[in-house]
Amino acid sequence: MTDNLLPTGLPRIDLLEMRGVVKRFPGVLACDSVDFDIKAGEVHALLGENGAGKSTLMKILYGLYRMDAGEILLNGRPVQINTPTDALKYGIGMVHQHFMLVDTLTVAENVALGLKSSRGPLLDLDKVEARVAELSRVYGLQVDPKAPVWSLPVGVRQRVEIIKALYRGAALLILDEPTAVLTPQEVDELFITLRRMTADGHSLVFISHKLREVLALSDRISVLRAGGLVGTTRNENITRHELARMMVGREVLLDRNKAPVKVGETLLSLNDVEAYRVTGTRALYNLTQELRGGEILGIAGVSGNGQRTLAEVIAGLREVRDGNVSLLGTDITKWGIDKRIEAGLRYIPEERMHDGVIQDFSIAENIILQDHVRKPFSRGIFLDFKAIARQSQKLVDEFRVKTPSIDTPIKSLSGGNIQKVILAREISNAPKVLIAAQPTRGVDIGATEYIHERLIEQRNRGTAILLISEDLDEVLALSDRIAVLYEGQIMGVVDRQDTNAEALGLMMAGVRQENLVEMKAADR
Amino acid sequence: MSNATGRSSSSKRLGGDRLFDALLPAIATLIGLLFGAILLLVLGVNPITAYGSLFQGAFGTVSGITQTLTKATALLLVALGICIAFRGGVINIGGEGQIIVGAIASTAVALALPNLPGMLLIPLTLLAGALAGALWGGIAGVLKARFAVNEILSTVMLNAIALQLMNFLLRGPMLDPEQAAAGTNVPQSATLPDQVWLLRLVPRTLLHTGLILAIILAVLVYIFLWRTTVGYRIRAVGLNPSAARYAGIPVRRYMALAMILSGAFAGLAGAVEVTGVHHRMIEGLSGGYGFSGIVAALFGKLHPLGAIPASAIFGGLLVGADKMQRSVQVPNSLVVAVNGLVVLFVVASDYFVKRRARRRVADVPPAAMPPLAAAVAAESQG
Repeated sequence: MTDNLLPTGLPRIDLLEMRGVVKRFPGVLACDSVDFDIKAGEVHALLGENGAGKSTLMKILYGLYRMDAGEILLNGRPVQINTPTDALKYGIGMVHQHFMLVDTLTVAENVALGLKSSRGPLLDLDKVEARVAELSRVYGLQVDPKAPVWSLPVGVRQRVEIIKALYRGAALLILDEPTAVLTPQEVDELFITLRRMTADGHSLVFISHKLREVLALSDRISVLRAGGLVGTTRNENITRHELARMMVGREVLLDRNKAPVKVGETLLSLNDVEAYRVTGTRALYNLTQELRGGEILGIAGVSGNGQRTLAEVIAGLREVRDGNVSLLGTDITKWGIDKRIEAGLRYIPEERMHDGVIQDFSIAENIILQDHVRKPFSRGIFLDFKAIARQSQKLVDEFRVKTPSIDTPIKSLSGGNIQKVILAREISNAPKVLIAAQPTRGVDIGATEYIHERLIEQRNRGTAILLISEDLDEVLALSDRIAVLYEGQIMGVVDRQDTNAEALGLMMAGVRQENLVEMKAADR
Repeated sequence: MSNATGRSSSSKRLGGDRLFDALLPAIATLIGLLFGAILLLVLGVNPITAYGSLFQGAFGTVSGITQTLTKATALLLVALGICIAFRGGVINIGGEGQIIVGAIASTAVALALPNLPGMLLIPLTLLAGALAGALWGGIAGVLKARFAVNEILSTVMLNAIALQLMNFLLRGPMLDPEQAAAGTNVPQSATLPDQVWLLRLVPRTLLHTGLILAIILAVLVYIFLWRTTVGYRIRAVGLNPSAARYAGIPVRRYMALAMILSGAFAGLAGAVEVTGVHHRMIEGLSGGYGFSGIVAALFGKLHPLGAIPASAIFGGLLVGADKMQRSVQVPNSLVVAVNGLVVLFVVASDYFVKRRARRRVADVPPAAMPPLAAAVAAESQG
């Protein structure tokens, strides 16, 4: 019966079924009698937009939520899973989107955290370390058990999370958006590991909204939409377009047709800019880059390589320690934020709920956030409510913001609609330069499509757009040129048509453009 | 749509929900009084008699009502300042100190210009009080804006400084010459020239025209906060300093401004107490209004118009407390405790209103129910 054992020595889960799962939140049906099953040795992808119910369904399986109706069957036998401890008892583990690791502890210490030690109240780290080393060897997950977590790159931290789940005896592993924080190369490595795990008999649930990755990895794909199961299909029976349609419920434009770029003059330039984060670490180093009217310059890079500081330096939110920034040929390094806004520089910040809107303000009040002191929104010291209402209603209609009224507090809108309000606000004044940071993060496909359209429209009318995005597909879809940021420096700038995800991925991992050419030559 | 029935019944409940929310402060007040009743019972006092005398004292007689409204005047002025500060995201605990410096400055101005006609002297005196309060609040505001000094600490410290300043002045430079001559040395200033005394609204009571001024100012503060660009900025800074900064609003400058304005209102309260009630500077003039004003502002939901009834209620509690203390012989501190209970419950009730509001967001039918909001609602439940 060794066939039924995993390399960890535990039995595999031949078949896990969720039947008729219903989960209600007040006023929302998060899961509408969903059926889902997974067999040993397969990757079953759960695909859907934000809020489709993927995470809810899996949180039920992992014991974080309780279902209102339905049952879970393990190898045909009904089981009760009320807590994550129950889930682990049955061999179900979960790797969360946001890592649950303590930075200051070592890998082994993190793995041991929360578990009973074999030596009672005393830790037995040697034993844990040995086991971690063994697991990392068996599964090809290169990890040093003694390394402190803070010293590890994101990709390795994810391996630690997987090892943590395996250590706890997971036969079935739920991976919640595991690729969100990885470079393309790290994604490839992760997929190799995952395939190895399934070959050994593990079952994997892969939660994602990225079509490409789902198609690359999964054996079967289930699509959820608005809490309901749209369908389950084998990978080979379906195309990217069909999946997108299932996900959104209508035809989706995946590839964008752009008019050829009509590049104007340089509108924004950064010269030898050096800047620091709040924490005092250097975020940008010797950064020189120019941005021309009528182009979208995409900034690609793994999260945390200085993207945010770059946007803040341009917007005037962060001090430039060295070098200078100029807008339309004028040195604006010492300018305040408001002066830059008035000069035509606009910024869609990445943390939209925190930096982009005032949640308790109405839509109308949020629309005038930058311009309330300018015409037509105020006369003397008084706000002009008629003008404010007129403009707000116009933008809400024009940008198809779904809201009962312009007086609705903005926090009651969906992420996509909030982002539309921000976009409307930032582009309604015909900006010269627009910084768009993660403009579609957490936004549903419909709104994403719309936001992309409007960005391209801005580009076509001559705005210089700096697109900062961790979603490489988005950068590739929109940009005319792409600059790759790695540890605060630009590794290279390439024209969109001359590059591909692979080349960008290498630069995102710190390979300079000039070395890239050498590597290619060496390949031949 | 399998749960359509559940949804429609919940939307039927909605109207009742809103009414409940509106009544919640009143309900919370009653619960606070109920707990207070337990304290009274422990002390062996019949709570019905006690509360009866409290109510009778505050609202039952003309004299009671005028006293209540007199106290409400000072409370309202302070509360208006608190509304501005809290809306701007700064916590002003310095009302006491600001009242004191306001009273000192207005007394000094009125005594220095005894020959000026009332038409000029009254506005000048009140303005002096407001400016002194603004200065006192401004110190804390600027310290916060410039050096990130916690305004709670600095305003409390400034209270102590103002108090000692008053003690010094009333025993030295500002001591009433008559007191000095008689050798009694009661720490108080000379009587102000009578043209600066505010008109009494009801003869032979303390109720003065300051009440009308305070109510007019409440309306003006409302207009200021919700109709002007500066008010908009103060509210934006208070609700989300980060987004305000991203939008180009100089956040720290507006926080300082909120503190300055807040101090001005407390200073004005001091000036009004001097010109309307005591007609001189006396010790203990601030009477705890700097703190009770915060309570009144919170009770009025930090809305300038809400502060009007809230101040009347709290004025009533203060006056009624004296009466209750005398008629059923309970220590005054118990009354303070009952007030505290009421505040506690009112502030806590706000949490329930918010939580129910969040639930209602999730009650929107599916067509208008965007997926992300659903996810957010789901998260907040989980």
